[in-house]
Amino acid sequence: MKKELITVSIYTENFVGLLNRVTTIFTKRHVNIESITASKSEIENVHRYTIVVKESENLIEKIIKQLEKQIDVVGAFYHLEGQTIFQEIALYKIDIENVYESKFKEIISVNHARILEIEKKFVVVEKTGTKEDTDALYNELKPFGLMQFVRSGRVAITKERMNISEILHNN
Amino acid sequence: METQIVKQNQYLEQPKERISGSEAVVRCLLAEGVDVLYGYPGGAIMPVYDELYKYQDKIHHVLTRHEQGATHAAQGYARISGKVGVAIATSGPGATNLITGIADAQIDSTPMVCITGQVASHLLGTDAFQETDIISISTPVTKWNCQVTKASEIPKVMAKAFYIAQSGRPGPVLVDITKDAQFEEFDFQYKKCKNIRSYSPIPITEKSSVEAAANLINAAKKPMIIWGQGIILGGAEEEFKAVIEKAGIPSAWTIMGASALPTAHCLNIGMVGMHGNYAPNVLTNQCDVLIAIGMRFDDRVTGDLNRYAKQAKIIHFEIDPAEVDKNVKTDVAVLGDAKESLKELLPLLKTNKHTKWHQKFKDLYAIEFEEVIQEDLNPTKEGLSMGEVLKEINKQTKGEAAIVSDVGQHQMIACRYAEFKNTRSNITSGGLGTMGFALPAAIGAKMAAPDREVVAIIGDGGYQMTIQELGTIFQSKVPVKIVVLNNEFLGMVRQWQQLFFDKRYASTEMTNPDFITIAKGYHIEATRVTKREELTDAVSNMIDSKEAYFLEVCVEKENNVFPMVPSGASISEVKLR
Repeated sequence: MKKELITVSIYTENFVGLLNRVTTIFTKRHVNIESITASKSEIENVHRYTIVVKESENLIEKIIKQLEKQIDVVGAFYHLEGQTIFQEIALYKIDIENVYESKFKEIISVNHARILEIEKKFVVVEKTGTKEDTDALYNELKPFGLMQFVRSGRVAITKERMNISEILHNN
Repeated sequence: METQIVKQNQYLEQPKERISGSEAVVRCLLAEGVDVLYGYPGGAIMPVYDELYKYQDKIHHVLTRHEQGATHAAQGYARISGKVGVAIATSGPGATNLITGIADAQIDSTPMVCITGQVASHLLGTDAFQETDIISISTPVTKWNCQVTKASEIPKVMAKAFYIAQSGRPGPVLVDITKDAQFEEFDFQYKKCKNIRSYSPIPITEKSSVEAAANLINAAKKPMIIWGQGIILGGAEEEFKAVIEKAGIPSAWTIMGASALPTAHCLNIGMVGMHGNYAPNVLTNQCDVLIAIGMRFDDRVTGDLNRYAKQAKIIHFEIDPAEVDKNVKTDVAVLGDAKESLKELLPLLKTNKHTKWHQKFKDLYAIEFEEVIQEDLNPTKEGLSMGEVLKEINKQTKGEAAIVSDVGQHQMIACRYAEFKNTRSNITSGGLGTMGFALPAAIGAKMAAPDREVVAIIGDGGYQMTIQELGTIFQSKVPVKIVVLNNEFLGMVRQWQQLFFDKRYASTEMTNPDFITIAKGYHIEATRVTKREELTDAVSNMIDSKEAYFLEVCVEKENNVFPMVPSGASISEVKLR
């Protein structure tokens, strides 16, 4: 079965321990989580987890059902690449010594990144985009002395309509 | 805006009473109709035990000898009665000892509420004495769990716990209550939980799916049903019987479905699976429509999935959408409660007999009888067989007993040969295969159904895993009948070693204690049978006894259970020897 990047969106109640319950569904089937983000959703008191996995669609269909089976999960959905609009944010900490090279400014500008903070010893660059975008900037900034790098999980908006309100209404 | 906020049900105003969290726990149990619970006290749950002491005229606490015993007793109680079983334990080791029973209840869909004490909330996460993160530990094996740190949360959480445990596909729930929440006073009011906004226990049955199922069944020439525990959990026995009788469909059961239809019913064609009957296993791969009802295509039922009923259209009646297409791809899925969906199905079915197709089952049964059953039930060997013990129990209980079996060879023999007249009569650990289940489960079963004969059939291995519960039987005067089929081996593992590991009997031979002396130590009447001619009288004495009774039957040491589907083989490759 072909493995592909799949974005799983899970709407849940905002309860202690629920994230653990959700991740055990993946662990149980030996599925590794590529990235994970938890945030509030458009509905008050409903949280949304965005989990990206590299798996076969067939297995994810089964995982979705197991997720939906959890009492405090309102709804779970999966989407393939192209069915969502998504972004990740990356931060890069660069040694201040090197940023005065003319090339640095050019890289920032060409990559549509921005300088978030300038401190005595370092600058922090921010870049929002796909994993490929932030990876590309990573490679370009590496020669400048990358002191730290961090990237968020994917946040994704689906093109398809979510029917969370209906689920909440019907129960 | 894409979504709208939904109003939650308002908590109706009722007169409030100022009581402690621990008293609230007991009051919640009473409000849910709990009259018996099984448990073991300890530091972090002592306030609740103090209230149980005060309320002992209203609620019966049974002191088991181990927390695992408490869970299995609660399971036995739930399985025979359909009510929620309740187990209670302290924090730390008390809580972790519950896990096996919880996992068992989860995989076998048994309604159970477990209450654990927890260290005081200011100590959480400090590795305090007897602290364990039971919420994290129990998460993968519970339908729901919740930690309570404030007394005021107790009524709502307990109400949710009972609602979740018994609604939809039942399962175990764990409520962990910190000691300070037990001591804390608050204004108590209780309201039963009627719904949870994120949870739909019973999916809607689509009319079109029932019609599609009926069309397939009506057009079938060789239909076959496999039913599971869903029939029993849904209370759908009558509806099920009406369906199979009208459509004339040969019906086989999984181990969890046993007893939903009387063994002697002409359409009951026996058990499917690894040690199931020959005919339904072989003919699973010849039927043209396979109708699965309230079962989940466990690997022990299907054998190799790549060679499982590939020729057949598959219909799956199921309450849990996650079970549909999990293991076997269905052609028609009928979601919903079995009782309701079968009721809808009945008028759409054509009357049928399928006489020729039936004959095939009878022919294969004749082969199995000749090759296996005859020798199992009427052995020509000198040593006693497990099968003949079951035959004797059937005879003397007239098929009215509830049979509680443990795990292993004796379990397969018990399920194959027990003759059931009544539903909820086969209580066994199916999915998890928990050795040690039967003795405590029999306690719970007998207490929930005191008018029924409850016979525990246990191997010498599993018996010693929870043998301490003889203490519970003695102290609480539970008149269960205990039959240990002693072959001085972990028989099922030994059988596999014989067949697949060149008879290297690694750690399966048991040097057993004197079981009679042990039973007598607990003041339980006990008899050992070593010869065939002693069996009838011994079983008769056991059945006639008004008290608990222990019967040890020394059986042939190296008998094997057949038929058998070797693991990895197709279900139709079932071997008779």
